[in-house]
Formats: sequence, C-alpha cells, structure tokens
Amino acid sequence: MTATPEELLYTPSHEWIRDNGDGTVTMGITDHAQDQLGDVVFVELPEEEQTIAKGEELAVVESVKSASDIYAPVSGVVESTNEALEDAPETVNEHCYGDGWMVKIKLENPDELSELLSADRYQQMVADEA
Amino acid sequence: MAGDDAMLTTPLTPLHQELGARMVPFAGYSMPVQYPAGIKQEHLHTRKAAGLFDVSHMGQVWLTGNNVDEALEKLVPADIVGLPVGRQRYALLTSESGGILDDLMISRHEDGFYLVVNAACRDADIAHLRAGLGDSVTLTEMTDRALIALQGPKAESVLAELQPKVAEMTFMDNWQLSLMGEPAIISRSGYTGEDGYEISVPASIAEDLVRRLLQAEDVEAVGLGARDSLRLEAGLCLYGHDIDTETTPVEANLIWAIGKARRADGERPGGFPGAERILEQIAQKSAARKRVGLTGQGKAPVREGALLYRVGGETPVGTVTSGNFAPSVEAPVAMAYVDRELAEPGTELEADVRGKRRPMTVAKMPFLRPGYQR
Repeated sequence: MTATPEELLYTPSHEWIRDNGDGTVTMGITDHAQDQLGDVVFVELPEEEQTIAKGEELAVVESVKSASDIYAPVSGVVESTNEALEDAPETVNEHCYGDGWMVKIKLENPDELSELLSADRYQQMVADEA
Repeated sequence: MAGDDAMLTTPLTPLHQELGARMVPFAGYSMPVQYPAGIKQEHLHTRKAAGLFDVSHMGQVWLTGNNVDEALEKLVPADIVGLPVGRQRYALLTSESGGILDDLMISRHEDGFYLVVNAACRDADIAHLRAGLGDSVTLTEMTDRALIALQGPKAESVLAELQPKVAEMTFMDNWQLSLMGEPAIISRSGYTGEDGYEISVPASIAEDLVRRLLQAEDVEAVGLGARDSLRLEAGLCLYGHDIDTETTPVEANLIWAIGKARRADGERPGGFPGAERILEQIAQKSAARKRVGLTGQGKAPVREGALLYRVGGETPVGTVTSGNFAPSVEAPVAMAYVDRELAEPGTELEADVRGKRRPMTVAKMPFLRPGYQR
C-alpha cells in the first residue's frame, strides 16, 4: 500500500499538488507513481518563468525502465524547480512528497484547484486501476 | 492481471509471484521484469554477488544425426565443424541477403548439439533449422526443460556446492552434469558480462533448484529489467533491437562471430546464407554503418530511437538501438549504428533527446571489464 497524504491534492495522472496558500502550488509525483516507475535516474525539469497550461507536458521522469511525461496539474508560471534532482534523482523514490518535489507553480486561476482529486478519491482511483 | 491467462508461463512462474515479482508480457510469456528490490539493486547485486534469472522462455533445441556439424555450418557463419565437444560458440542465423535472423548459442556434446535461441524467434528459427538441416538431422524441442542463469562473481562458489565440477569449467564450456540427481546441461557463460552459468534442467526440478540457490546469502532473484541493463553494459546485442534482418554481422561489429575457417581466406570459405555480401563487406570494408558503443554525460538516458548528429550537425548520422542510464558505469550508455567514418572510439556526437542535444562519445565495448573466467 502506497502513501497518499490527506492534505494534498492529486491528478488522475499521478501528480500531487500542495496548495501553499500564497497563490502558488508545489507539485511532484505520487508514491504510487514512483513505485510503478521504479528507480528514477533522471528528471527533466521546465525552465523557470515558463508559462504552462493545465494538462501540458511539464517534466519528464526517466527510470531505468522508461521515460514518463509529467503533466501540469494547473495553469500558471513556473516559479522554481527542484534543481537538487539533477544530482540526486533518486530522491523522487525516497521522498516523493518532500525533498523529491519537482516544480513550484504560480497559479493563473486558483479555481482550477477545485478540479483536482482529494486523497480519498485518488486512492480509490488507484485501487480501481489495480 | 487481465490478459495474463493467455500468456505462456515457465516452471518458475508461481515462484516469481511468491517472490513479489512484477510480471510483464515478453515474447508471449509472462515474465518477471523486477522483484521488490528493484532493477538498480538487482543489477548492482549481480555485479557484486550473484543474480538468479529465469530464462526458461528461451528456446532449447537438441540436434542429432550424421554430420550435424556440417549441416549446421550451412546456416551459420561460425566454425561448427571445428567446435570441440564440451565447448559452446556464439552464432548467427543469417539470411540470404546477409541480415541476421537470430543470434544463438551452439554447443557440441558427445551425443548431439545443444542450441539456445531467442524466445521471440523460436518458432521461426525452428522452421528455418528444419528446412535447412535436411532429413539426416533430427531436431527436438526441449520443451520439458527450464533454463536458469546464475550470474556474478559468487556464482561459482554457490553452484559448486551442488555440483563441484562446475568450478573446473572455463568460459564457454558447456557440459552435461548431474544436478540434484537429474541430468543438467550447464554452460559457463551468460548475458551479463559477469562470470556465471546457464543451467538447463528438467522442468520438474526447476523450482526446487531455484529455491536451493536462493537460500545462499549471495543469491538474489533478478528480473528482465536488470538483465537488459547488465547486457547493455557488457556490450551484448539484444536481438530485434541491436541486430535484426536489416543488419549484417559486419555492420553489427560481430565479425568475431564469423569463424576464421569460414572467411574468404579460410579452410571452408563461405557456404552460409548471405556469405557473398558478408565476406565482401569484410574484404572491401564496405559496410556503410557500424554498431558502436556510446557514453554520455550527466544522468539523462539516451534511449532506443534517438537520432545522432555530428556536433552541431543537422543531418542524422546514426540511430540509437539500445540505451539507458547504466547503474555500474554510472553514466548514460548506448549502442547505436553510425556512419562508418564516425565509428572510431573518441568520436564526439550528439543525441537528440526530446529536442535537446546531449553529447555522446563513441566508446569501446564492453563498457565494463567482463568477469569471464577464461
């Protein structure tokens, strides 16, 4: 059973989103996603100040097995990226909800947060997929 | 999981599930891609101690009859007539146009020849062998046997506890020995670049044997994921990716698999499918492209399908056929076909990965020093 922290929001494509309460969100990939991907060997992150639309390809996570696209969970502007992943991509496996975060996004439309999944609904979705 | 019912299984499928393997379809079989330790740990464990692989999906074939060696030589460029009893050779089934239909291992025994072919090519290979070998050779598919690979520096000490004679074998020996009271065919070879064995046993004892081997502290089960990263570091081709019907042995940099006796100046020159084109490519150095190794920088894997360019170039000069981040080399490595003039080690190229250029340097293979016991 993989972890799904209550306080976070989720997407059906296995990203998590933390509402920082200041018009920004932090996002990464879920425990379930990192478990499915296996050992992460490289994370390609977007450029800072890049404008992104919800659902667009935002980053790429490469595991020994394959390359997987990570999608923007909301629209906005890339405020910062987790550069520590460049040297230590395995942090995504070790601390996916903490030091393994990927991108901080300045929200364009805070209403989009209401379209994301709660922990319960995400967990249910993962269970249904299995 | 849905669809698994239609998949073929091996005598070890229940054990894989018990061990918590993640099963994936591969060449029609449900096979373990990884166990809970994960691909990277399984890879590193094999290099450090010993990994145990189920490769029972591969085709095992036994040939008997008069002059099997001469009949086999008509299908492969390897020297089979000169192959001693108890020895194994890497061979290629070639097509009339000089392409590669499959790569395989051939060993000679007192009572016949033992072949191991790729699972995905098995049915086509067997049809090709039956048609090419003629009526004097009897081909038997050994469907009642499992094939297990035990690979890594601890393989010898672990297997020698069950059969001490394996310690006397050297790289590419292939002997019939008894294992747990049953007839086994054991080769000192593998697909990882490490010392180790491939062990063919009756399906009925496969699970017992594997459980015995896994009891050793040095042995961990390893899936197809790490098998692929291990063979890539070892510079070994994966059929259907690094070699296929469109690549000749010369282009594939597998000239060493063409026996000296079979070459233009040998005792038995040619006489295998595609010999004219293959021997001409050797004589004229006329292969337009070559398989090479590539090493990269940083962490980004450069995978199969990535196009290669001269530094700053606009026209593709090659294509990656296998590539990954190599856990033991600790760098991205790849195999690729490049234009002949760019095949020299040290040549600087660039790979296009999602629109970004990544520097890659042509490198000698294997990427790591092999542990073979010669």
